[in-house]
Amino acid sequence: MASLIIQRIGAATSFDTNNNFDRRSLSGRKSGFLVVRSDGAKITTGLKPIGSRTHHLVTNAVATKPGNSAASTASKSGHEILLFDALREGLEEEMDRDARVCVMGEDVGHYGGSYKVTKGLAPKYGDLRVLDTPIAENAFTGMGIGAAMTGLRPIIEGMNMGFLLLAFNQISNNCGMLHYTSGGQFKIPVVIRGPGGVGRQLGAEHSQRLESYFQSIPGIQMVACSTPYNAKGLMKAAIRSDNPVILFEHVLLYNLKETIPDEEYVLNLEEAEMVRPGQHVTILTYSRMRYHVMQAAKTLVNKGYDPEVIDIRSLKPFDLHMIGNSVKKTHRVLIVEECMRTGGIGASLTAAINENFQDYLDAPIVCLSSQDVPTPYAGTLEEWTVVQPPQIVAAVEQLCK
Amino acid sequence: MASTYLTKSKSFIIHTLKSKLHYTTRTSHFTNSLFHHRLLHTLSPLPPVPKHANYYSIGKDYVARRSHATTSASSQINQLPVESPSSQILDFPGGKVKFTKNMIFTSNSTEERVNCYRVLDDNGQPFTDDIDLLKINKELALKMYTNMVTLEVMDTVFYESQRQGRISFYATTTGEEAINIASAAALDNNDFVFPQYREPGALLWRGFTLQEFANQLFGNKHEYGKGRQMPVHYGSRKHNYITVASTVATQIPHAVGAAYSLKMEKQDSCVITYFGDGGTSTGDFHAALNFAAVLEVPVIFFCRNNGWAISTPVNEQFRSDGVVVRGKAYGVPSIRIDGNDALAIYNAVCEARKLAINEQTPVLIEALTYRAGHHTTSDDSTRYRSVDEIERWKGDQNPVKRLKKWIESKGWWDNVAESEYRSNIRKQVAQAIQVAEQIEKPPVADMFNDVYDVPPRNLNEQEAFVRKTVKKHREDYPADVPL
Repeated sequence: MASLIIQRIGAATSFDTNNNFDRRSLSGRKSGFLVVRSDGAKITTGLKPIGSRTHHLVTNAVATKPGNSAASTASKSGHEILLFDALREGLEEEMDRDARVCVMGEDVGHYGGSYKVTKGLAPKYGDLRVLDTPIAENAFTGMGIGAAMTGLRPIIEGMNMGFLLLAFNQISNNCGMLHYTSGGQFKIPVVIRGPGGVGRQLGAEHSQRLESYFQSIPGIQMVACSTPYNAKGLMKAAIRSDNPVILFEHVLLYNLKETIPDEEYVLNLEEAEMVRPGQHVTILTYSRMRYHVMQAAKTLVNKGYDPEVIDIRSLKPFDLHMIGNSVKKTHRVLIVEECMRTGGIGASLTAAINENFQDYLDAPIVCLSSQDVPTPYAGTLEEWTVVQPPQIVAAVEQLCK
Repeated sequence: MASTYLTKSKSFIIHTLKSKLHYTTRTSHFTNSLFHHRLLHTLSPLPPVPKHANYYSIGKDYVARRSHATTSASSQINQLPVESPSSQILDFPGGKVKFTKNMIFTSNSTEERVNCYRVLDDNGQPFTDDIDLLKINKELALKMYTNMVTLEVMDTVFYESQRQGRISFYATTTGEEAINIASAAALDNNDFVFPQYREPGALLWRGFTLQEFANQLFGNKHEYGKGRQMPVHYGSRKHNYITVASTVATQIPHAVGAAYSLKMEKQDSCVITYFGDGGTSTGDFHAALNFAAVLEVPVIFFCRNNGWAISTPVNEQFRSDGVVVRGKAYGVPSIRIDGNDALAIYNAVCEARKLAINEQTPVLIEALTYRAGHHTTSDDSTRYRSVDEIERWKGDQNPVKRLKKWIESKGWWDNVAESEYRSNIRKQVAQAIQVAEQIEKPPVADMFNDVYDVPPRNLNEQEAFVRKTVKKHREDYPADVPL
């Protein structure tokens, strides 16, 4: 645990130290309470029983066994698909639907993309519509912005999110601003996407978490996908949106397999996803950390806790509606993110929840993040920079004491 | 003048300029040899150039200017040893190249500079006997001239109004009126313009009224930008003029993207983008030129080389032979023109547009001119350059004066018309300023609109907060801003 920092906001409140889990009611807002006996059996009064989850837990960060997400249980038939292919499917459907949609980036054409997200598209749509660009992120991002202003709907792929730092000027000063500064005359319906996050020994420069840098830019929206189902849905929604959207994918999640519906669906860009309803604590997370959280949730359930896990999906703006409802129910929040401690998504989310839902909190918000260090190459060190399930379990136990 | 096109791109300009660029000889291998030469300097030293150059054509330009043996005393191409090309070649992914046993580094000196195309001399008289180049009729000439005068007067009056404190900021185009108007005159109204910030003339040419200019400067509620940008950051969708952004050279990749969209949709128009000498140092410029060449898109890169980037003179900005050679380096057909000669600009942009659209190629135009005014109202350029230099360029080289001499010599204009026109425009500009000053500023709601297509919840909350605060402390907020 040496490398983990747990954040506490405000003064520490005292918790019961015995094995009873006692949720205090706050000025009569809540009815009933949950008592956990030391033998692990639960007695509930007036609350929904714990077994009312609607889907399975996914236990491994690069799981290959299929898991059903809540929303897809409604469909009768579906097809199994890997995440990168789900992205590609969404992309292809949108390119079929609207001739103005085009893709540009390095090696997206005949090579099919470094992560195979654009595989097969260039032979189908031609190499002008699926454009291989020279290596200059500032230029092809700028190109995408110019093309968007004059009528196209480009998807700009960064081979790795970290490379888009070179395009920061274009993204911040032009992409985010030109709709506003032109008085609404020119719109910029681009999608900027690419894989980010800590991978398997990719080195410091290829393990960036760009969502922390981009979150301040006014005028852009940010979403992060985590399952094949939401990857396809978010990709389609992002392409259809008239705002510039940055879609964060994760290098380690491309081979996740899931059954998704055959029929067409588009997700809402500003909505979070309820992964596992619960009562005791709200765990907010996104992207790869969702899987670490679900793995920890398994352990927590065995220990008698009932965590509510929400994949926030929409990083800008936050879905404070779903988050707020959850906080009002559980009164304890744990944020698990992959960003650095300083200035990450977790930091902003902590501030937003504190500002809006302070009255509903029984304990200070705990935020688990990566440390403020460049990601080391050595495998064991790299593992320690990322929040691991045992740390999540410990944090929940601490929070719920 | 031969005006036959070579079918395989890029050669028209070379043909037209044959008499001017004295060392351009054969051009039929333009494309191929350029292609070869792209890689030459990365692989092996350049081959020596034979006296009778029947060899690499455009490459020869490249070689001619650069191929000097660093150790030998000779610096003229004619003195390089004549050698028959090696029969051995390297078949490389970028193309075939020939070997040489001579180790020659290209020079860093630029004694031989690319020549500059002009039509009218300093006295406004045709520089050439070829009347084909003067294919401008009276109506067009007068329209160009009067627009240039309007621009000049508009600049003066608006600049004065900033000095008087009526507007907060202004940037003049003094000395570059010909570039502004003549380049726009050569384009079609459907061609997209991606300006830097010293090209309001393109808007003026397309029908932007003095009142619309004044509204933007005052940031009132009638201006198209809704008061969100600085003065002179014009933008107008209906005139196909993209809103100016303060960031230098970011518009250049945008222009390439727009040209790409034209190519995708097979439109019969092109894109033009303007930038200064300073802008050509940025990464965006180089990458955009490279992209445009690779993608083969119809964009005109128009560089206003006016000698100064705020206080940085061009010899501290780059050491190449200006900007025109950079186009050559990227495989973009390029030309250097007299930026104070309206007719030269008009001709060059006409041809560039044809080339760009017919052959789907980018074109680079370097217009040599002088920034006779200050960088902006926040600058006093006499601090870093002599008043004499400024006055010299305001004299005979002044583009407005030169064109005036020509149209007067044709009998189309005189001093009476001149003074009448000028006083008329001056009145109109002053009137526009008065009207714009009285108009209300945009409401608070416009601070939060258009950030996204639909304001999200957090922005609605922030707007409600601002309104509440303003209502509570009405006396602390400007009275002319409606809620």
